Amino acid sequence: MEWEFLLVQALSGLASASSLFVIASGLTIVFGVTRIVNFAHGSFYMLGAYVAVTIVPWLLEFDRSPWLFFAGVLLSALAVGAMGVVMEVLLLRRIYRVPELFQLLATFGVVLIVQDLVLLAWGPVDIPGPRAPGLRHGVDIAGQRFPAYELFLIFVGPAVLGLLWLLMHRTRFGVLIRAATQDREMVGALGVNQAMLFTGTLFLGAALAGLGGALQIPRVSANPQMDLSIITEAFVVTVIGGMGSVPGAFIAAVMIGLLQAFGVLVFPKITLVLVFLLMAAVLVVKPWGLLGRPEAAAGRAVLPEGILDPGRLDGLTRALVVVAVAAVLALPLLDAYAVKVGTEVLILALAAFSLNFLVGNGGIVSFGHAAYFGLGAYGAGLLVVKAGLPMEPALVAAPIAGGLAAALFGFFVVRLSGIYLAMLTLAFAQIAYAVVFQWVDVTGGDNGLVGVWPSRWAASREVYHYMVAAVTIAAIVLLRRVIHAPFGATLRAARDSAQRADAIGVDVRMHRWLGFILAGAAAGLAGGLYAFSKGSIDPTLLGIPMSVDFLSMLLLGGIQSVLGPVAGAAAFHALKDFFLPLTDHWRLFMGLSIIAMVLLFPRGLAGAWASLRRRPA
Amino acid sequence: MTLLAAEGLVKRFGGVVAAKDVSFALDPGEMLAIIGPNGAGKTTTFNMVGGQLRPDAGRVTLAGQDITGIPPRAVCRLGVGRTFQVAQTFLSFTVLGNVQMALIAHHGQTRRLLADAAALHRDDALALLDRVGMAAQAARPIGELAYGDVKRVELAIALAAAPRLLLMDEPTAGMAPSERSALMALVAGIARTERIGVLFTEHDMDAVFAHADRILVLVRGEIIARGTPAEVRADPEVQRVYLGHSGTRAAERAKRAHG
Ligand SMILES: Nc1ncnc2c1ncn2[C@@H]1O[C@H](COP(=O)(O)OP(=O)(O)OP(=O)(O)O)[C@@H](O)[C@H]1O
Ligand SMILES: [Mg+2]
Repeated sequence: MEWEFLLVQALSGLASASSLFVIASGLTIVFGVTRIVNFAHGSFYMLGAYVAVTIVPWLLEFDRSPWLFFAGVLLSALAVGAMGVVMEVLLLRRIYRVPELFQLLATFGVVLIVQDLVLLAWGPVDIPGPRAPGLRHGVDIAGQRFPAYELFLIFVGPAVLGLLWLLMHRTRFGVLIRAATQDREMVGALGVNQAMLFTGTLFLGAALAGLGGALQIPRVSANPQMDLSIITEAFVVTVIGGMGSVPGAFIAAVMIGLLQAFGVLVFPKITLVLVFLLMAAVLVVKPWGLLGRPEAAAGRAVLPEGILDPGRLDGLTRALVVVAVAAVLALPLLDAYAVKVGTEVLILALAAFSLNFLVGNGGIVSFGHAAYFGLGAYGAGLLVVKAGLPMEPALVAAPIAGGLAAALFGFFVVRLSGIYLAMLTLAFAQIAYAVVFQWVDVTGGDNGLVGVWPSRWAASREVYHYMVAAVTIAAIVLLRRVIHAPFGATLRAARDSAQRADAIGVDVRMHRWLGFILAGAAAGLAGGLYAFSKGSIDPTLLGIPMSVDFLSMLLLGGIQSVLGPVAGAAAFHALKDFFLPLTDHWRLFMGLSIIAMVLLFPRGLAGAWASLRRRPA
Repeated sequence: MTLLAAEGLVKRFGGVVAAKDVSFALDPGEMLAIIGPNGAGKTTTFNMVGGQLRPDAGRVTLAGQDITGIPPRAVCRLGVGRTFQVAQTFLSFTVLGNVQMALIAHHGQTRRLLADAAALHRDDALALLDRVGMAAQAARPIGELAYGDVKRVELAIALAAAPRLLLMDEPTAGMAPSERSALMALVAGIARTERIGVLFTEHDMDAVFAHADRILVLVRGEIIARGTPAEVRADPEVQRVYLGHSGTRAAERAKRAHG
């Protein structure tokens, strides 16, 4: 390879790094002040691009000058900043004190809403943007042509870094941002100014995301998938750099930009995997990222959000369980459609239960549980389709696949806690997704594989339903038993106080790892059953939306309850099944529902049931 | 024979030297107090002995075995019980459940998947709670207790490890004065009858002079004096930098009470 070629490759890496930094800096600033990881940051980026492809061409009608182009870009950024203000005022200021998991879900609700609104406003077709006047030519660099606009982008990142530095050190607003990032207590002392600070921070953060999006329009068309693809990258940058650290985000963005530019030469298909491996490696050595600082422990002990005392089932709840099981067994008396939905509910109930084993019982907020579900499905499906094995051994392989993946990823995950842990689980799920998506020869890529059918004896919907009922109910009963057993109690103890658990002789990391593997295996089993119920597998089984579905089931059911997630899975799937065909705006509906749940009903169905039970007769 | 020996422990946090050449020894059944002003390095010293912090230099031995830098869980398994300056308990558990959990860990049963945790070691846990005077509260969620009572439960948790050595960082912080002397008397009784060594810190000088066999005075990470309560009381340097007026009065009171 010629050095000229490497130089150009490095320059294009720096250009991507620059764009990535502009976006990630906003995310990290917002996190530093509000302590909320804002999923909707990717939506702001997407909105920046859409607003820009709308107003920039309009401005260029007047005069094709570079100044109008950049005025349009800046205007788009400001408009998106204003949307950030709307989000802060309407949503965020109501959820600063709720548990992290609910914050993540609520901001994801905004992602869903924005996706549908963008489709409504701009339609599903990609919209190409205008090229930047004055920067459309190529520049000769060591004999190679390099686009002038890319060269310009390289300078945008450092310029934004410099401007942010000035803002942070030379203005009162910036000084407050830094103070709030470093010291939580200080924010409380601000009083009235706190609201201003938080609103202003959201304006800044959203405007940076919007700027990042608007600057992209000469390079990529505005499209409705921009939000989720950028948000994972921005997460990775902020986590590697250290949440809340702007210089850290800059360093991380440069690392990732260069890694991608050169990684693509060596491993063309798995650059995404390289990026996530870098993140895992950094977090193992520096659990709070390159320039991040450990979150100071809360001064006062607070009750954990999750299962408190697993307790015994009271009479009425027991009766409810009996009725539910009877209903499951009686479904084949209704029509085939009811059987199909019932089978799916059982499978999702197992997946949700296994997730709450981590979240509710262990305080391990996994944002990528679909990875283990999906890998279980692929483990089983590939054995059937590619190796020609029958259903039975494939269903044994499913929990093994899920468990092995959980063992591998969990080894890194359990070293972290809180928001870093959630981000890492998400990142690992994206790795798994990328591998399945890109390894077309084996997995069938985007299309997936068909022909994952049950053995002959279980081929009828009804028999398969009864088999699924037997397996999932047995698995749920067993997992519930584990929650009551010393192992489950140990996970709760470690969640309540890792320091105390350590001091009584518990290897906290080891127990969390084993718990992660057990939950992964259970999710894998559910995934295997799901593959046979559908007859096919495809990458959406591992995607972020699937993980969010599982978390929504917990939210709906109630994470503080042992059996709540089962009810949540049933209610969620039944609702989805009912409404999805009726509306073109399922995401809008779902996003609004998630937000409403977080705001009004955070203890879910189990909470409602418990308060009903407590009410004097 | 020496139960616990610390030799030349050093710990730095950035520019702060939290412990500078800290050395001491502790015999079975002995009550050794570390006193010193806020930020003197007492908790840091505890953490280096208990495994929560790895010392930058120096050695810790337990009954002759080198335990420097091994993690808290391993220190616990060698027979060391610990209470923390800010009580650390399992907030979602009942009082009884907290002690049961400690016993489950002590018996190495934390990986059992099918047993019923709530039924394990009930009687032993109740007996431990009885010793610290908390049996009547066994069924209550620990989050409901007054802070002084939480500290007692924490002592029961520490005793569940059947320790040879107790590390108690400010065991009576947050308690009413009458409760304090009762708790210290309880600890001293357990130490003497079961030959458990106790390393403790206290800001309450009455408790220290009434119950410690020996005292170390730590100031800015350095031991500036050591000896029996009488010797420490008489040390002019200690009086000047730390005990001051109120401390001397407490020492006098203790002397009258015992003398
Ligand atoms: N994790 C840490 N990081 C940085 N500095 C620390 C850390 N732990 C303790 N220090 C510093 O080390 C010094 C000794 O602290 P330590 O907690 O050991 O004091 P102490 O004697 O227990 O005080 P107190 O009576 O207030 O409990 C203090 O200056 C403290 O600020
Ligand atoms: Mg202390």
